[in-house]
Amino acid sequence: MNRIKCAFAKGKALIPFVVCGDPDLGTTEQVVLAMAEAGADLIELGIPFSDPTAEGPAIQAASQRALQKGVTADDIFAMVERLRKKVSVPVVLSTYANVVFSYGTDRFLARAAQAGVDGLILSDVPLEEKEEFSAPCRANGLEFISAVSPASRGRVEQIVGEAEGFVYCASALDTTRAWEQVAAEVKALTHEVQCANAHIPCAVAFGPAAPEQAGVLAALCDGFIADTAVVELVERYGKDAVPYVREYIRQMKAALAGEK
Amino acid sequence: MSKGRFGVHGGQYIPEMLMNAVIELEEAYNHYKQDPQFQAELTELLNDYAGRPSRLYFAQRMTEQLGGAKIYLKREDLNHTGAHKINNVLGQALLAKKMGKTRLIAETGAGQHGVATATAAALMGMECVVYMGEEDTRRQALNVYKMRLLGARVVPVTSGTATLKDAVNEAMGEWARRSDDTHYCLGSVMGPHPFPTIVRDFQAVISREIKEQILQAEGRLPDAVLACVGGGSNAIGAFYHFIEDESVRLIGCEAAGRGVDTLDTAATITTGRLGIFHGMKSYFCQDDHGQIAPVYSISAGLDYPGVGPEHAWLHDTGRGEYVAVTDEEAVGAFEYLSRTEGIIPAIESAHAVAYAMKLAPQMEKNQIMVVNLSGRGDKDCVSVARYRGEEIGE
Repeated sequence: MNRIKCAFAKGKALIPFVVCGDPDLGTTEQVVLAMAEAGADLIELGIPFSDPTAEGPAIQAASQRALQKGVTADDIFAMVERLRKKVSVPVVLSTYANVVFSYGTDRFLARAAQAGVDGLILSDVPLEEKEEFSAPCRANGLEFISAVSPASRGRVEQIVGEAEGFVYCASALDTTRAWEQVAAEVKALTHEVQCANAHIPCAVAFGPAAPEQAGVLAALCDGFIADTAVVELVERYGKDAVPYVREYIRQMKAALAGEK
Repeated sequence: MSKGRFGVHGGQYIPEMLMNAVIELEEAYNHYKQDPQFQAELTELLNDYAGRPSRLYFAQRMTEQLGGAKIYLKREDLNHTGAHKINNVLGQALLAKKMGKTRLIAETGAGQHGVATATAAALMGMECVVYMGEEDTRRQALNVYKMRLLGARVVPVTSGTATLKDAVNEAMGEWARRSDDTHYCLGSVMGPHPFPTIVRDFQAVISREIKEQILQAEGRLPDAVLACVGGGSNAIGAFYHFIEDESVRLIGCEAAGRGVDTLDTAATITTGRLGIFHGMKSYFCQDDHGQIAPVYSISAGLDYPGVGPEHAWLHDTGRGEYVAVTDEEAVGAFEYLSRTEGIIPAIESAHAVAYAMKLAPQMEKNQIMVVNLSGRGDKDCVSVARYRGEEIGE
């Protein structure tokens, strides 16, 4: 069983996202270790990009801070290599196509695989452009993670049919929407994903979810992606964020397990 | 390879949540471009409302002074709203209306595309929101006022470098959130397929007219067509119907800013390299790590780190020639054309005029060049005066 499959083998998976290099790479490394120890099942490491067009203000600002510190893909590969000596938690890299393409797609993926990365998420690569990246991912033993959203009507079956690793269910970009509406959309979307392919796990992202809401969403599928909460904790506490992040992961794990 | 390719360039590199919106747009466009009723309505708007066809004017004094090729100016500056932008906007607004959309959003750099979009929205009774880099709202305060006067809401964008690329980011994000009732009226031949094709088709009226007009005036095709290139919509419009005519040189003039050997430049083809951004594969100004570079030009309309995929392909095949023109040269041409022909060009268009001033004397007197005067320069007087050390009130 590969590491990504393992992440979903022990109940609802908790998948936190962090922007590497905010406030500095040393802190990111400590945050990732703390998240793994506190029970995170899979970690999404963001490689900052200058123009994260699909992201909200928190991730945009974190990316800018990280880039001002001069963090690069090579620094992040080296960090993953160090982490791999300590933890076996699966790691997927999350970034934008140009970061990978500019490095040289094959070279990037070979280096990622060597460092111990398990998968790749590219926010600006839909089904139509996927082959350019998914084929070299396969060649290097990485899984290319595909996303679906409530706006994917008519496309879910094909996306999920070809999906690898797990399916990333993005909820509404408009995070001001009423919770009931978000929950209903997620329910319909995850149902469609499960009908299309019962064998691939799917996890849902909804930035502002409180722990009990995350528990409700995770109950509809196989896991919850905390796509902004850790980024916001790091923004608030900077180098001192580690204990706050650890506590957040503990609470979320308990909520996903249905415990109070 | 996916749809909308020009060689290796183009494609649809966008988040999944935008895909259905571009697919819906492509299907609607493919339907309406074949529809004689749609084409008739668009032609009527272009002619009766925007004032087409625009004139092809023989610049006699400029020709005599420079002492080389005969210079014709394609007067897109005389269109309603003062630039070529209206050609594309009327097409897209009509398309959006047919698609049942009630709301237009747009990005704008210099403000010309924003003003054109606000104008079309007013004409067609649609709601309009324009995203504009905060830096640009200061450089182009008059256009901000015009957009508001026309009933649009202008949203200053503070993220990133607070210029055109950041306005595009915001507009794309808004479209992803709200494509049900909203059309994203993209202002240049860039972004994901089908935008580079749609915008090119709506701007191609420029080269269709140039061809007819020059054949009537001179009985033959021009030897060169010049246009400024930011994203590249006026240039592709001026080039398109000449691409098959290999005797016609197609010359795109990029903004070198303070020079292509400085960091203060927006000359994408000259200094950029192949990348993926804003939905397309093309050339981009970027650092060694693939981070999009902040770009600079005195011209807010050329201040963009990428170039449309069809231009990238024309460059690759050698069919198009791309040259870089500095702020200093553009300002010189801005002043020269004003004095010599009594025409104040947009600072964007002045980049093409500047290269024409270099090239014309190297050409024979029986040769012909057409310079696309993409817009008028009223909006630029304050910043050019400032460049010359003079502060004037608006």
